[in-house]
Amino acid sequence: MNQRITTTVLQRLGHWALGRLQRLGRGNLFLLHVVPGLPGLLARPGLMVQQTFAIGVLSLPIVVVAGLFVGMVLALQLYNTMVDFGAEQSLGPVVALSLVRELGPVVTALLFAGRAGSALAAEIGLMKATEQLSSMEMMAVDPLRRVVAPRLAGGILSLPLLSAIFSAVGISGGFLVATGLLGVDSNAYWSQMRANVDLFDDVANGVIKSVVFGVVVTWIAVFEGYDAAPTSEGVARATTRTVVNSSLAVLGLDFILTALMFGDNT
Amino acid sequence: MASEPPLVEIRGLRFEYSGRTIFDGIDIDIRRGGVTAIMGPSGTGKTTLLRLIGGQERPMSGCVRVDGMEVARLSRKRLYELRKRMGMLFQSGALLTDLSVFDNVAFPLREHTRLPEEMIRDLVLVKLQAVGLRGARDLMPAALSGGMARRVALARAIALDPMMIMYDEPFSGQDPISMGVLVKLIREINDALGMTTIIVSHDVHETAAIADYLYLLSEGRVVEHGTPARLQRSGSEWTRQFLNGLPDGPVPFHYPAPEFGVELLQP
Repeated sequence: MNQRITTTVLQRLGHWALGRLQRLGRGNLFLLHVVPGLPGLLARPGLMVQQTFAIGVLSLPIVVVAGLFVGMVLALQLYNTMVDFGAEQSLGPVVALSLVRELGPVVTALLFAGRAGSALAAEIGLMKATEQLSSMEMMAVDPLRRVVAPRLAGGILSLPLLSAIFSAVGISGGFLVATGLLGVDSNAYWSQMRANVDLFDDVANGVIKSVVFGVVVTWIAVFEGYDAAPTSEGVARATTRTVVNSSLAVLGLDFILTALMFGDNT
Repeated sequence: MASEPPLVEIRGLRFEYSGRTIFDGIDIDIRRGGVTAIMGPSGTGKTTLLRLIGGQERPMSGCVRVDGMEVARLSRKRLYELRKRMGMLFQSGALLTDLSVFDNVAFPLREHTRLPEEMIRDLVLVKLQAVGLRGARDLMPAALSGGMARRVALARAIALDPMMIMYDEPFSGQDPISMGVLVKLIREINDALGMTTIIVSHDVHETAAIADYLYLLSEGRVVEHGTPARLQRSGSEWTRQFLNGLPDGPVPFHYPAPEFGVELLQP
């Protein structure tokens, strides 16, 4: 009896693992087919501009508002701890480092997955369900180049820019709270920040993170949409999987990237 | 004309989907310049047949040849070249929802030609005029009725002046006026542009009215084929049941089930 249960559990585990691996393989093949279409976008910049607007510009409100509040809360929280050590004049660099290295790329990627990733998956999934992708194929137009490639490029371009805006707004929000509410000297806030935040070690690493997140989140979103079952349930599942998988991927990759970038600074 | 090879030749086609046999060795010839209808009950794989002709599916065995080329063996590039000479009208119309009627019809022209925008405008207006929707060019697909959407899709399908056009259930869910318009358009466009037309449908009267030749499919096989007049006189009970829409016959009214009386008496 016990042996049978163990066998069933192992079978199911194996089935699940094989399913996951197959999906990963399909996702990689999908990306391999889309990437050759990216250079062709240079000849049709309009397609990419349109998608960058839909994916990036329309995500600005949520990113700006979230950045502002995260920066303000960060200043409040850090001040309360730092003032005990008489280090409140270092609030500027601590807020900036937290945002530029970590919170900017990660929180923006999570917001991006919820706002733009889900929309991408739903849009492509619905295009599949309503035979729009099939009809393009029959018109001898490759949907991977015409539909997916511009969206992938738009996402990869948008996320680093949104991350930069998130960090800039967050630093400004922190400044407002620090100087307006907590009485930190405004010159100290900026000068300490300039002295302690390095362009390459901190800012560039943050940009690298957001580029990686941009690739991963947009890739997951367009793949889930393209791979969705052509039904309303299939599109709903694709949307959910996009948000869940890309959020988990961002958090997991963030740890790996942070360990690689800053792990040997101890 | 009779000596010309058929535009589409299907030989010994076998196709399975999710373990179910859809086609079990069918042979079909689509003659050039005519309207050929492929009919059969729902679920007989009629749409799949169009996907096989268009190279969106590959047969398990047998072959599908279009204009002498075996579709499943074509490279991607050559398949796309062939598709430029095929038009297809999907059941839903499948218009691109983010583009206006005008831009939908202009889509294949803009993708495949380098014509100046003024010429594209003229060509699009000619195609829209042919389907009677020149005045609707600025509407978005969401604002169109089902019949109008299919007419726009028809204008888009003929934008590149293809050699053949495939219609997937063009009459389903249409009101009588839209149906009449579509029946007239399909025949007129075929004759005016000298194309070859394949219609997949289960709307017997409308399809038989415009088709030159009919194929009847059931359970993965070609049950019968011939001109509409010949099939109307067919001795096959199945053909008579299908063409006359009889509720009972070789295709039983009841889905297979245990004896009704026995089942009622079961606890």
